[in-house]
Amino acid sequence: MSTDIESPVTTPAVAGDVAPDLEPEATYKPKREAVWRIVLPPFLVGAATIGFWYFISYVILEPKRRFLLQPPHRVWQEGFADSETLSEMFKGLWSSGKVAFWGLLIAIALGFALAIIMSQAKLIERAFFPYFVMLQAIPILAIVPLIGFWFGYGRTSRIVVCVIIAIFPIIVNTLFGLLSAEAGLHDLLTLHGAGRLTRIRKVMFPAALPAIFAGLRISAGLSVIGAIVSDFFFGKGDIGIGQLLKRYVARIEGEKLLAAVILSCVLGVAVFVFFGWLANRVAGKWAPAVRGKK
Amino acid sequence: MTFPDGTKALTNVSFDVARGEFVTIVGPSGCGKSTLLKIATGLLKQTSGDVVLESDRVGYVFQDATLMPWRTVQRNVELLAELHGIPKAERVELARKAIETVRLTGFEKHYPRSLSGGMKMRASLARTLTLSPPLFLFDEPFGAVDEITREHLNEETLRLFEKEQFGGLFITHSISEAVFLSTKVLVMSARPGRLVAEFDVPFEYPRNPDIRFDPEFARLSGQISHALRGAHA
Repeated sequence: MSTDIESPVTTPAVAGDVAPDLEPEATYKPKREAVWRIVLPPFLVGAATIGFWYFISYVILEPKRRFLLQPPHRVWQEGFADSETLSEMFKGLWSSGKVAFWGLLIAIALGFALAIIMSQAKLIERAFFPYFVMLQAIPILAIVPLIGFWFGYGRTSRIVVCVIIAIFPIIVNTLFGLLSAEAGLHDLLTLHGAGRLTRIRKVMFPAALPAIFAGLRISAGLSVIGAIVSDFFFGKGDIGIGQLLKRYVARIEGEKLLAAVILSCVLGVAVFVFFGWLANRVAGKWAPAVRGKK
Repeated sequence: MTFPDGTKALTNVSFDVARGEFVTIVGPSGCGKSTLLKIATGLLKQTSGDVVLESDRVGYVFQDATLMPWRTVQRNVELLAELHGIPKAERVELARKAIETVRLTGFEKHYPRSLSGGMKMRASLARTLTLSPPLFLFDEPFGAVDEITREHLNEETLRLFEKEQFGGLFITHSISEAVFLSTKVLVMSARPGRLVAEFDVPFEYPRNPDIRFDPEFARLSGQISHALRGAHA
């Protein structure tokens, strides 16, 4: 990042000449860390975890109780290396992934709309906010059967569960973000006669982006959980990963069960990473928090 | 000006600012200087009295740079023109000129977080310049930067004033800043704020930064300081 200090501007006759702060501050090129410092620590923890897993499977558990925790390589053989099981699980994952996606999308649209409305009038915020807190406090397992009664046992219900579970962080973070814009910027827009929409578009929404992304990362993970949990309960339609988990439990297929759990985690991690990447794309250049820099 | 909670912030304040005039108001903190500026711009509605503005384009320079962190310097400077519906090509050109005037050329693509305090303030000045307002209001704009940067920014402000010949209304609590920049210095007392003294500054424009060391400068600063102390007591 080079900046030419010798700008072509004709310098007016001012003593002191070029102000000292014209020089770019210490060029803030992020220092590249050695690869091993990034890769090694999580690798070690992963290796230790697998070691501990083997230790439990072979040392703690006597052979006839080993089904309680099958060793990692058995999980690999039965779950991932078996193409039939694997394709079954991928299909389930695909189905649950779609549910999570639609649920998240609806939660985002609804959450944004609600947050924007609440940001416009304190009274509306006061009127509705307590109920959103309640919504978030509802134990989802308790109302899943109820949702089944209302919306049936198919896809709609699964998506509804995702929306309920994912919407709260979106509302809270978006609202917080919208209200976080500097007061001076609001004054500036007032001075220049900007209307409500301009204000939302040019000040409040961009100011909210870092907070919105923080919320999205949480909500995306929650939506995946919602999809799996609801699939576990609602049996109609495509078989998702939740139904598979249920089936493996019923058949005491511990290896497959663990494999499915691991795959579900991977889906959760994937959406988390995706939204982190997106946040960095959109706001990383100007919002240090998004970049994860201190 | 009386606030709803009964605080009487300003009383009997009256003055004019014409083009080519640079009026500075000095006063202790909490004397209502900022309230006065907010009334002048219409951000606050006064409880009594009148504000007559002969232009609807008023430049306002805030205490902080109030830049949008998500916009580059160029896009920040374009903001006001954008709000006034000036077409893209034109506002890009306006911004380019303003950036050149405050000597930030080369930093157009930088985000505010990579600028120093002084540079941010200059970007803020450039933003106001794009509309070439006939009246500039400054609300203690250089309070947050270090002394050296402040002096530089004072010189830049002076240069802008000499070039653009706008009417300037400047709020500060720095006496030397006030004398250095202004054609006239008004002294305000604390709550309720009112004008207690008025000084004409005899130095000609364009001013040399070295007038700061002129005996006349010191004498005038001393008088203002005394007036301020009197106002404080």
